[in-house]
This record gives sequence, structure tokens and C-alpha cells, in this order.
Amino acid sequence: MVSGLSKRIKHLQFALLSPDEIRKMSAVKIITADTYDDDGYPIEMGLMDMHLGVIEPNLRCRTCGGRVNECPGHFGVIELAMPVIHAGYAKEIKRLLQATCRACGRLIGDTISQRSTAPALGDGVSVPTVKSQEVRRCPFCHEVQPRITLDKPTTFRENGHKITPKEVRARLERIPDQDLVSLGLNPGYGRPEWMVLTVLPVPPISVRPSITLDSGERSEDDLTHKLVDVLRINQRLRENRDLGAPQLVVEDLWELLQYHVTTYIDNQTSGIPPARHRSGRPLKTLVQRLKGKDGRFRSNLSGKRVNFSARTVISPDPLLSINEVGVPWEVARALTVPLVVTPANLEAAKELAKRGPSPPPDNGRYLPGVNYVIREDGLRIKVMEKNASSVADMVAPGCTVERQLMDGDIVLFNRQPSLHRMSMMAHFVRVLPFKTFRFNLCDCTPYNADFDGDEMNLHVLQSQEARAEAKVLMQVQEHILSPRYGGPIIGMIHDHISAAFLLTYKNPKFNRAEASFLLSKVRIPMPPPAGKGKNGEPYWTGKQLFSLTLPSDLNIEFRSNICAHKSKDKDPKLHEADDCYVIVENGVLKTGTIDAKAIGQGKGVILDSITRTYGPARARDFLDTMSRLAITSIGIFGLSTGIDDEDVSEVALKEIDKSLAQARKEVDALVEKYNKGELEQMPGRSLAETLEVSVRKVLGAGRDTAGDIAGLQLGMDNPAVILAKSGARGSMLNLTQMAGAVGQQSVRGERLLRGYYARTLPHFPRGDLSASARGFVSSSYKKGLSPTEYFFHSMGGREALVDTAVRTSRSGYMQRRLINAMEDVHVEDDGTVRNTAGTIIQYSYGEDGVDPTRSIQGHALVVDDVLKSVLGKRYHTAEARGEGIQGTTPMDEGELDLLAEAQTEDEAEEEPSEEEPSGGDENMDLEE
Amino acid sequence: MPEASKGKSVLTNRLVELAKKEGFEFPPAILVRLEERLKSFRLTEPEIRAIVKEIGARLARVRVDPHESVGIIAAQSIGEPGTQMTLRTFHYAGVAEMNVTLGLPRLIEIVDARRSPSTPTMTVYLEDRIRQDRKRVQEVALKIEVTNLPDVATIGSVVEKLKVVVSPKPELLEARGITRDDVLRAVTENVSIKTFEIVAGAGSGEGRAIDIQLKSGVEEETPFKRLLEMAEDLKTVGIGGITGIKRALIRKEEGGEYVIYTEGSNLEEVLHIDGVDVTRSTSNSIFEIYKVLGVEAARTAIINEANRTLSEQGLTVDLRHIMLVADVMTSDGEISAIGRHGISGKKTSVLARAAFEITAAHLLRAAIIGEVDELKGVAENIIVGQPITIGTGAVKAIYQPPASGGGA
Repeated sequence: MVSGLSKRIKHLQFALLSPDEIRKMSAVKIITADTYDDDGYPIEMGLMDMHLGVIEPNLRCRTCGGRVNECPGHFGVIELAMPVIHAGYAKEIKRLLQATCRACGRLIGDTISQRSTAPALGDGVSVPTVKSQEVRRCPFCHEVQPRITLDKPTTFRENGHKITPKEVRARLERIPDQDLVSLGLNPGYGRPEWMVLTVLPVPPISVRPSITLDSGERSEDDLTHKLVDVLRINQRLRENRDLGAPQLVVEDLWELLQYHVTTYIDNQTSGIPPARHRSGRPLKTLVQRLKGKDGRFRSNLSGKRVNFSARTVISPDPLLSINEVGVPWEVARALTVPLVVTPANLEAAKELAKRGPSPPPDNGRYLPGVNYVIREDGLRIKVMEKNASSVADMVAPGCTVERQLMDGDIVLFNRQPSLHRMSMMAHFVRVLPFKTFRFNLCDCTPYNADFDGDEMNLHVLQSQEARAEAKVLMQVQEHILSPRYGGPIIGMIHDHISAAFLLTYKNPKFNRAEASFLLSKVRIPMPPPAGKGKNGEPYWTGKQLFSLTLPSDLNIEFRSNICAHKSKDKDPKLHEADDCYVIVENGVLKTGTIDAKAIGQGKGVILDSITRTYGPARARDFLDTMSRLAITSIGIFGLSTGIDDEDVSEVALKEIDKSLAQARKEVDALVEKYNKGELEQMPGRSLAETLEVSVRKVLGAGRDTAGDIAGLQLGMDNPAVILAKSGARGSMLNLTQMAGAVGQQSVRGERLLRGYYARTLPHFPRGDLSASARGFVSSSYKKGLSPTEYFFHSMGGREALVDTAVRTSRSGYMQRRLINAMEDVHVEDDGTVRNTAGTIIQYSYGEDGVDPTRSIQGHALVVDDVLKSVLGKRYHTAEARGEGIQGTTPMDEGELDLLAEAQTEDEAEEEPSEEEPSGGDENMDLEE
Repeated sequence: MPEASKGKSVLTNRLVELAKKEGFEFPPAILVRLEERLKSFRLTEPEIRAIVKEIGARLARVRVDPHESVGIIAAQSIGEPGTQMTLRTFHYAGVAEMNVTLGLPRLIEIVDARRSPSTPTMTVYLEDRIRQDRKRVQEVALKIEVTNLPDVATIGSVVEKLKVVVSPKPELLEARGITRDDVLRAVTENVSIKTFEIVAGAGSGEGRAIDIQLKSGVEEETPFKRLLEMAEDLKTVGIGGITGIKRALIRKEEGGEYVIYTEGSNLEEVLHIDGVDVTRSTSNSIFEIYKVLGVEAARTAIINEANRTLSEQGLTVDLRHIMLVADVMTSDGEISAIGRHGISGKKTSVLARAAFEITAAHLLRAAIIGEVDELKGVAENIIVGQPITIGTGAVKAIYQPPASGGGA
């Protein structure tokens, strides 16, 4: 390998091909429309002429003598009997014809001013258009200039009379080079008459390979089909013209040729029917090959298929670290890492190669083998059981051994849709039995994965630079904090959270057996017991065990997710009954319950603090041990929920029914008032709207009361409530919908109204505006829905479904546009934000140059944290205002003035710096 | 600018100066907060120095890395939550009585730089002297809201007599602060005097009807048809208010201040209404803000609107990402959309443009102009198969191993 130096393409120059150039670059002139003769041999000067390159093995190219893989193919050429317009340039040609004199070819119009305002070439700005209607005569030869129109796609008319392509070409030829510059063209890279085709390049066979079907029949590429058409008509046109056929016949053929050339270039040209295959399918011609999602650009150039990748179903494994991925043996055997043999690793490489492609397991453990050895001369040798030892002997410094994947290799792991950078992260390999990729559940959030059949991709890095980059930038722990909002995106989910809740809520006790079992799973030595029970048995507490996962000097205070107290009062006593005020002192959880607020993704206060203070590696360890501890402990506690968790007492059920009936009655009253016209209209609302708003309000309140009644029956001892309150899964709303009432169904944000004339279903009278006729579901999910309610519920459900389907495509397109518009924007060395063209977008990124990933919820820093860390104890004494320290009082402006003045004078002597009014001109404060 | 320097305290100046010595500049928000906190402390000079130094150190730690592809990160940070947004949210914004497009459709609208939003609205704040006074706010609201003829008068046609009768309602006139003369003027201006004549009708005072009849001598084939057409036209005649503002609602905000919310937007004219607080009143039409107040204001409007749309859905996105999108859209002095008619269509690279949309047209055009692709951007380099020029690809330093000979 050349030492890091690589050649770079500096720029690409686009230009038009001249007829001469097309002739010069072609290897053969194509004149026959036929492809193969009866023996299946390519006909000379036919479309499959062997001078154009070969696609069959064992044949050699007649032009360069190369075989299939060596010869890139060569162009051919078709001499067109009559010139035709290039449909893609029709508009451009019209512009030129309008802007120049039909007789002398000079630019007409206000030539002088046009020339001075001529735009720089190729800068993409629109070139001047000349309104020829205003100009009647050429200023140079005084020729009258008739109006030129374009009949899409390729017919030009002058005062209604057709101008033949030949005439068009002749006129374009007359335009002098110096006038072209004014028209925005660069004569150095293309003469306008080249937009009228006289010769047609024929692409090499490798561009349009024919395929042999199983039946032995040959099937030609669409391009070949089209070229056959062109050749046929071209031939006929030439013959007819040469034989002096009637003008009409020649013109018809000419037009036909124009059609075929046009569709050969773009088969979706508007105004003409697309050319079709025998089966009726439109042909995919040149432009179609490039265009769109499946075109060359987006499908093959902007994104490519790659080797060294694998894809399979995913499944969870809580025992893996968050930056590991479990890879099946079969996959590991197929993927390889290149190992460059040096004197230092020669022996090891030989040993590896000797193992062959499928070494037997060593005590049941996977051993990596070798699939290929690449000799120094580039020859790739497949290693097989049989030749393993002989290949191993051949291995020498300079060879490359393609070693199978093994534990500790770094790979990229990805799940589509790749909406953000966390969709592709680097993991370390763990080769495991069975056939799925496995990873820690904490990684589900960034990948947005679940295990209902999701598949994921894995890519093996092939170079040292790539591995180094992946290790530094792409490892999972480097992405715990999301650049979107500067908080953790990777955190505990579902069972981890309910387990942490059970472990810490009201501080349960564990006996020696349980505690040691728990700690054995996380490999933490047993601490001394927290105390002794009545029977003298030592016990350990849940909070104590949880604390073992924390850094020993962590200090933090916050209110849990379960905290229902509204007051911001920090008084722990208030929270004591609910055990919901978390205090961690020197890494020990003193009070409070650990739930989603502490360790969940999104907020995860403790997680956030650990990541920031102790670094990603410590955060990874925390997530690893914590998820193991959680899974183990939930195994001890056990947590299950079922529909009987939403059981509500008879009394409560009656109450719920009563409150719902009350709500319905209120609605009826409103409707009556409305019908009588007594309803008081809301400002800016129609009467009907007023009714809808008030009805919705009443029914919403009704559902909530029903929910509240049901909610009272569901206490913190209810597993479903634990799940909801701890933030593990579901919400109290879900529970009350199961236990109380489902509530109003809606489509387009309104009560249901569609269906039959003036009613939703034939079960109701016309014009019925009551609650139950317009989609209010009084039943609970547990009780079951009545037929009409079920129907209404399905209506709401369908809308949600349709919404999701529409949304994905719309937001996907928005994101594609955003990415495309902003992909070039980056921070420069000087801190400015620019695009790759060098345009300055921002003088300082985000106006303060702060990386959102490193920011604290978007803030550069928290002032009080700084004060605390600098002032230490003095901060707390000073915070309790009024008392002051050592008899001092808070500074007042006067004192400050003195202090500042004294200082400024001092400084003034040191460095006479000019006073620059900085800071003041930045009025675009980030809100703190 | 003069305001800023006037408001700066000695402490601020001192802190700024200290920071300068440490080689950094305070982000304004931090400076304000720091000053606020420091006022409650009595600190020694070394302590202040230590604090400034610590802040400098922390700022250095959270600084963005050079060559970071902040554009892509911003695009992802805004695009990814798009999948979680609701579609078709017609939620109220501030006022329960009014519907405003929010959610994904609104975000797309902002990014598209549409000329007018699908639901234009304005938030009109009022000057200090009247903002607490409901009555006077009401007056302003009436001046803003468009009043059409049917709002204050009934239009009836008497076919047998071949006339149209416009009868103003005095109480409605009163409520809108309009007189019969205004109505008369509006009618006169909107009725062709060639064919019609206007006379006073039944009733008296403010409520006196206005009769419109065919002028004698005017020959018409179907005179009643003419008349009915004219009556129909009269229904859309505006008498007062600002065009485009269909409704103005008054709402009491926190602090006892009355604010006018409007349906429909016409920033330029509303700002000319007496009593309107020009500094705070705003519209949700970004293009209007651009026309009236300029790009800088439009940039701020994009930031505010996008941020509001996202946070209304409960999605937290760092303001810096939104700012970057707004800056990309406005950096050339006008608003360009994110998409082929805006930023993506203006790219310098042919390949990048061709890869995005309308592939063939870009390539054909490049050929006849003789365009050059400098291969500086991301998309182009990926297409030709080279490392990209940003991120780790921007680093050109290469380790040159020491010349061979005795592994030094």
C-alpha cells in the first residue's frame, strides 16, 4: 500500500461532444440493425459488434484484446441520415434561435448592454433571455426576425412554418463564438449546433448486456432495442432520400427518426407517447437509467452495495455490554478481517491459516479460521480444509490473511431507517451460538428497534483507519448523550425501570442468599449487611444494592417520576411517605425511588450526571451493571400484569356509570339548548362550533372523573400502576381507559360525524347530536365495547393508522431535503460555520460555539455549578442571604464600582488595550 | 447598540475584561446570569478571577470540534423527530377559539419557505398606555378586523321595483365604530354609477336605507339579473379594517395585558395602526415578516416558529440546530426554501444537484455551459468515490514514517 498518499480527482469538466469527437472515440461504425447471426455470433458492424467489447467469458474484445473483466467496452457510432434535435436541448435551442439573427447569426437586441452583463460561465445563474418579440429586425443585416415557437417536444416553427432540424443546425452554426459568451454558453466546451445530432454514439455492450434466458433465447437490453429502431428507420430514411422518394415520405421518416432518437434519450418526454416493449412495458432508456430513486445517481453512486456485511434477525441479550453485539457463528465464519502479515505476526498468521475455514470448536468455543489468503502479487487463494496447511506454509510477510471474525473485533451495526447518527454505531463482536444478532436492551432506543422480527445489518471494518475512527467516534457509549437535546438517549427501558423501582421503592430487604445472588450477576463484592433482622439474620437493602452501581463520589438531588407533589418544596419530609425525593450522597442512595426520571432514556438525571462527570466509559459500565442488576432483581421480585389488575369494585363501577350518565345528560341538555337556539355563542365561533366545543369539554371531564374513580382503586401495589408511574411502560390514561371509560373517539380532531346522511350509523335518529351517537365510548376496555362503540373505536383507530403511513413518507422526504440542503455545512478551523463552497453561514456555531451534545440541556454551563465548585462551602453560606459571611453583606453596586475602578487602573498600566465595546452587540441571547 | 452599552454595569465590564484576558468571550446569557448571581455574594478579587477562569475552562470543554458536520447533525435532529410528530394537528395556539396548523405540516411549511402559511395568524401586542384597557384594545381590534357590508347592514333586493336596498343596522354600526356615511361611501365606490343611481330610502338617521336602482334610460336585456349580480358583489365590499384579517380576538394574557389574535395576516398595515406595539407584534407568515422587517427578522421568525412547532409537540430540539437551519435559509439575504427550488438548487456542484432531483436537466445544462464541478462538497465526492472533505476527511496531516534504515 502506498503510504497514505492517495490521488484525488480535482475537478470534473462537463462539455458537449462534437460529432467529430463521437466519431473519433468510436471503435466501429454501426450500420446493421441486426445483432446476432443464426449461429449466435455477433454480426460485424451490428449492434453487438465485438469491437464494442465482450460480455461472454472466453471471448476477447476486438478493439483492445481484453477479456470480460479487463475490457471496459468501447463506443460505436451511428451516422444519422438526417440531423435530429436533441430533445433535452429543445428549449435551449429555442432560446438561441430567438436571440440570434436568422440570416447572419449575430446576437440581436441591445447587444452592448447584454455583453457587459454577461454572467460568469458556469456559475449556475440564469443567463439573459432575449424577448425576441420586441425585436423585429437584426441590427447587423436588417433581416426581419419572425417569431419562433416550439411545438413540444422538438418541432420549431417560424410564423407557423416548420423549420427542419437541418435548417436549425445551419442557423446555430452561424452564431459566432463571441456572441455565445453573451448567451451564457462556453464555445470552448460546446458549439450550439452540436445540440442537433448528426451522429449518435452507441454505448458499449457492457452498458447494455443481453441476457440469455433458460430457454436459450436471447433477451436484449432496452437500449439495444431502441438502437435497433433508430438504425432501421435511419436505413429506410437514407434509402428513400437517396432514391429521391416523395418529399412527404422522407419527411415522415425523418420525423420517425426524430421520435426514436428522442425516446432513446428520454422515454418520458412530455408530448409524445413512450416507446414500449413487446409486452407493453415502457422502455427504460438513457434518462430513465439516471433518474429517480432507482436511477444511477441515487441507487448506485450516492449509495452502494458493499461486501463484508451481514443481516439477520435481532434478539435481546441483557448480559451483553451495551457496546457489544452477539454475532452467530455462521455469520462470523463468513465475514473476514484482513490481516497484513509482517515479520512480527508471521507465526500467528501461519497458525491461523493452518486452521482452515472451519476449525473445530475448542472446548465448545468458537475459533476463527481463515477464508482467503492474498499473496503479495495479489493472487487470492481460497483456503479449504484440504489446502490449509500448504497455504499456511506459503504465508509470508507481505501477504494478507483474511481472518474470520472473532471476539473483540469492532464492527458497525445499523438499523434502517437511519434517521440519525445513532442509527449506526460501532460494537465489539461477541461470537455466540444460535442465529440472531443480539444486543443489550438499552440500545433499542437509538436504533428504534424491537424484537418482533426486526432485522439489522452489520459491517466489518476493513482498514486500520476505519477501525480507529469507529473506536473513537462511533462506539455506543460515545452516543449516550444525544446531539439533539444534550441529554441521554440511551438509557434504561421497560423492565429495567420497573426493576429499579421495585429495588428501591420503600427500600426492600434481602437475605444473604438473595443479596449474594443479585451481586454475583453484576460481579460486585458483597458489602457488609445493612442491619440485622429480629431473628438475628443479617439483611441488605435494595437502596444499598443499587448504590453499589454508582460512582462513589456522586452527589445529586431530584424528584422522582412517581412524585405527585406539585410543590417545588425540597423538604424531604413532604416526600417521605411516597419515598419520591431522591438524594444521592457520595454515591449512596439515601432516600427516594429510582425510576425513569433517574435512569430512563430521555431524562435520566443520574445517567446524565454520570456521563458528564465520569465520562462515557463509566456510563457504559453503569448501564451494563445496572441492566444486569435490574434483570436479576426483577427475577427475584417477579412482576406481571393482566386484565385483573384493572379490577374495580362494584361500588366504583356504579359510580363510574353514574358519572358518565351525568355527563351524557349534560350533553343532552346542551343539545337541547342548541336546538332551541338558547346556547350562548362563543366569540368568533359559530353556534354549531360552540356546541361541539362545550360537548367535548363536558365529555372530557366525564371521562376524567370516571378515570379518577377507577384510578383511586388502583394503588401503588398494583403492578400496572407501578409500570405506569415509574415510567416503565404505559400511562395512567391507558389504565383508566381499561378500568373506567375509553372516552370520545375522534376523526380529524372532531367528534365523529361521517357515515350516513346526518348521522353516523343507522342505529341513531337523523341529526342526533348526543354523546353516544357521535362516538363517545362509555364502556371500558375491560368491560368491552358495544357494537356501535366498537365501530366508532375502529374509525378512530383507522385514522391513526392512515396518519402513520402518510407521516412516514412526508417526514422522510422532509428529512431528505434537509440533509441535502445542509450536508455541506460544517465548522471551520476558525470557528465559523460554512458550507463547502466557503460561504459563511454563521460566525460562531449556534452563536456561542457550544456543541449541543456537550451542552447541559442546551446550556453551555450552569452558572451555579461553577460558583459551587469554585467557592466550595462559601457558596452555601452565601446562598442563605442576609446573614453574610464574616460579617460581610452582599456586595452593592457602590462597592463594586470602587473595586472595579481600582482594578481597571491597575490593568491600564499593564496593558493599554483599547476599550472595545464587546458583548453588547450580541442581542441574540440564548435563553437560560 | 447605545441601549446595550448604557445598560452594562461595571461588574459586566469587569467580567468581560477578565474573560478577554483569559482568552474567551462570555455568551451573553451566561454573562447576564452570572452577574445576577454575583450580586448576592461578596467576593474577593481572586475569587472572581477564579470563577471567570473556571467558566473559561468549561466553555473550552463544551466547544464544537472543528470540521464537525453540524449541518447534518442539525438536519437529523430536526428530521428525526418529524417521524414522531402528529399529522394534521389543527390545534389552538394560545386562543381556544382559533385554529392554527401545527405539527409536521407546519414544520414542512416553514422549511419550504411558503409565501403564505395555510393558516396565517397574527399576535398583536399593544402599546403600554392602552394594553390594560379592554375598551381601547377593542377599538384597535375593530380597526384591524375587516368589516364587510353584510356585517353591518342587510342587503335585500326588491325585484318588482328593480332595486336593491341596503339597510344599515345602527347598533352594529355603533359596535364597529362605523357611520352610515362610511357605508354610503363604500357602496358608492363599488357600484357602477353608469348604470345605477343611489338614493336615500326608507327610515331615518343612521338606519336610513340606501336604495340602488337602475338609472333611467339605461337599457338592459335582463335588468333583474344585473341587479342581483350587483347585490351579490356588494356582499364582499369591505368597509373598514385591514384586508386579509378575517377575525380579531381579544384575550387577556398573564399580567393583565390584553392581546389581539387575528385570523389572517397583514403585518405591514397592522403595524401602522395607532396603539399597536410595533416591537412585539408579530405574524406567523415568515414571508410577510421578511418583506416588512427584513431577513434578520425573518431568520428570527423561522427560529421562533420552528421551535414553537416542535416544542408544542413535546419534542426537545436544541435551539442551535434550528438556528442553523434558519441561517442556511437566510444567509444569502433572502429566504430560500430547503429543497430543489432553494438551497439544493443553488448548489455549486453539478453532481450534487443531479443526485438530488431533476437529474437529466442539470446534467444537460452543465454540458452546454461547460460547467466545472470542483468536487468540494459531500455528495460529489461520494459519487466519484473519494473521501469527503468534512469531519475526519478534512484532516490532511499524514504521518510520514521516518526514512527506512534501522527502525528509528
